[in-house]
Amino acid sequence: MCPGFKKVGQMKVYLDYAATAPVKKEVLLAMEPYFKEKFGNASSIHFWGRQARSAIDQARATIANFFGSSSMEIIFTASGTEADNLAIMGVVLKSKIKKPHIITSAIEHHAVIKTCEFLEKRGMAEVTYIKPNREGIIEVAAIEKAIRTNTILVSIMYVNNEIGTVQPIREIGKMIEKVNRDRATNNRQRIYFHTDAVQAAEYQPMNVDFLHIDMLTISGHKIGTPKGIGALYVRKNTPLSSIIYGGEQEMGLRAGTENVPYIVGLGKAVDLIHKSKPKNEKIKKLRDYYIERITKEIPDVYLNGSQKSRTPNNANFYFKYIEGESIVLSLDLEGIACSTGSACTSQALEPSHVIMAVFDDHFRAAGSVRFSLGEETTKKDLDFAIGKLKKVIKRLRAISPYAKGK
Amino acid sequence: MAIDKLYNKKVTDYFLHPKNMGEIKNPSGVGRVGNPVCGDVMELYIKVGEKNGQEVITDAKFKTFGCGAAIASSSMMTEMIKGKTIKEALKISNLAVAEALGGLPTVKRHCSILAKEALEKAVASWQK
Repeated sequence: MCPGFKKVGQMKVYLDYAATAPVKKEVLLAMEPYFKEKFGNASSIHFWGRQARSAIDQARATIANFFGSSSMEIIFTASGTEADNLAIMGVVLKSKIKKPHIITSAIEHHAVIKTCEFLEKRGMAEVTYIKPNREGIIEVAAIEKAIRTNTILVSIMYVNNEIGTVQPIREIGKMIEKVNRDRATNNRQRIYFHTDAVQAAEYQPMNVDFLHIDMLTISGHKIGTPKGIGALYVRKNTPLSSIIYGGEQEMGLRAGTENVPYIVGLGKAVDLIHKSKPKNEKIKKLRDYYIERITKEIPDVYLNGSQKSRTPNNANFYFKYIEGESIVLSLDLEGIACSTGSACTSQALEPSHVIMAVFDDHFRAAGSVRFSLGEETTKKDLDFAIGKLKKVIKRLRAISPYAKGK
Repeated sequence: MAIDKLYNKKVTDYFLHPKNMGEIKNPSGVGRVGNPVCGDVMELYIKVGEKNGQEVITDAKFKTFGCGAAIASSSMMTEMIKGKTIKEALKISNLAVAEALGGLPTVKRHCSILAKEALEKAVASWQK
């Protein structure tokens, strides 16, 4: 059943978990005392302060344990976006190279792309945006080829938020490590490797040594906390500058009074993932069922992204001859939530930069829709969505000038 | 804007139940405007006949690839021009289309402009 609509008459199905997920009840419960009862400022030395500090320490230790890192390597931020900004700007600001070079991809989240564009425009960095292959995968060889003598940072997302492709993070990490070994023998500055793992935390391996990464971003509200909390893992000895100035919180890397209840919530959410049995198979089975029925029962539908290297909760389709917002809007009126990166929905009026980077096709960018499943998604939800979707696609194609005779 | 709907009731209604949707066989004029880059493509068909010595749009239909506002705007345009003389029809502004729909969100104003352009192009193709 769908969160939030359990008692209302019209059936509603939420298939937009990649946008945000409901707060888990265990998380809310863990957070609760830290609003009124244990409300102290963690920087205070009195009892209330120590109580808050201890809660933060505990959350930090839990998250560090999840990453296989030490507590000192976890920086709490207000969002995944802020963590991405800190990783990229932080390394560039600290760099001794006059104009350092960053390698990222053309399918990154805007939190990474816009930050890189800003640095580029300001003349603070050179940036290479690697194009994905037709499967939506960033190839290790393409990154290796783009490395220059002034390259100091590689930032590649773990799981793409739109088309769900899982990037070869571990392979990229190993390749960079090899390059760094050569650089070390020549006394040259090493390359740091950052990954935005916002869409990955729930379903992918997250051990930072296994992945061979230096920095990793997570966001709370995708995994069951309220919106407004994120974290950046920063490997020891990674030269990083703060981008928010003030107090000495978060090892001097993120000023501002710690958001104690939200930090506690993030700790709990991570703990739940760490301790729960892997649910990849269950959700993947549901998702595969969804993909199979849609691609079989609706004509002229194409799956965007890789079949094989794909996060288990994502399905993204190109519905030929029609436009995405009209699909999302029609489904919304039927009680189904999904999303599109296409022209109209995002107020930006820009086609999905991800679909454009993969296919370079405006029709495909305009006509693609993402469905993302979550913990509470059932087969019944999907059957309901498929039924409505078939009706909606048929209706919109009847209106479209491109679907004549289809 | 009300939180329960992306568009107002009228736009939603014209999106879900568009009037004059389809094509006219042997039309007097057709206008196709827009492109997939901006996300909307409209096709407007008109049939022109004589009435009291004047050239009148006797029928109008549309086909649209695009968002809800684009579909609603093109449908509303066909409704507004039916029965009007060519001269009268060309006087209909994009704002009049948006107003007839009870208003469009700011980011969707271009949809009503597109509807006007589609009509102008259809008339131009008839005049040829």
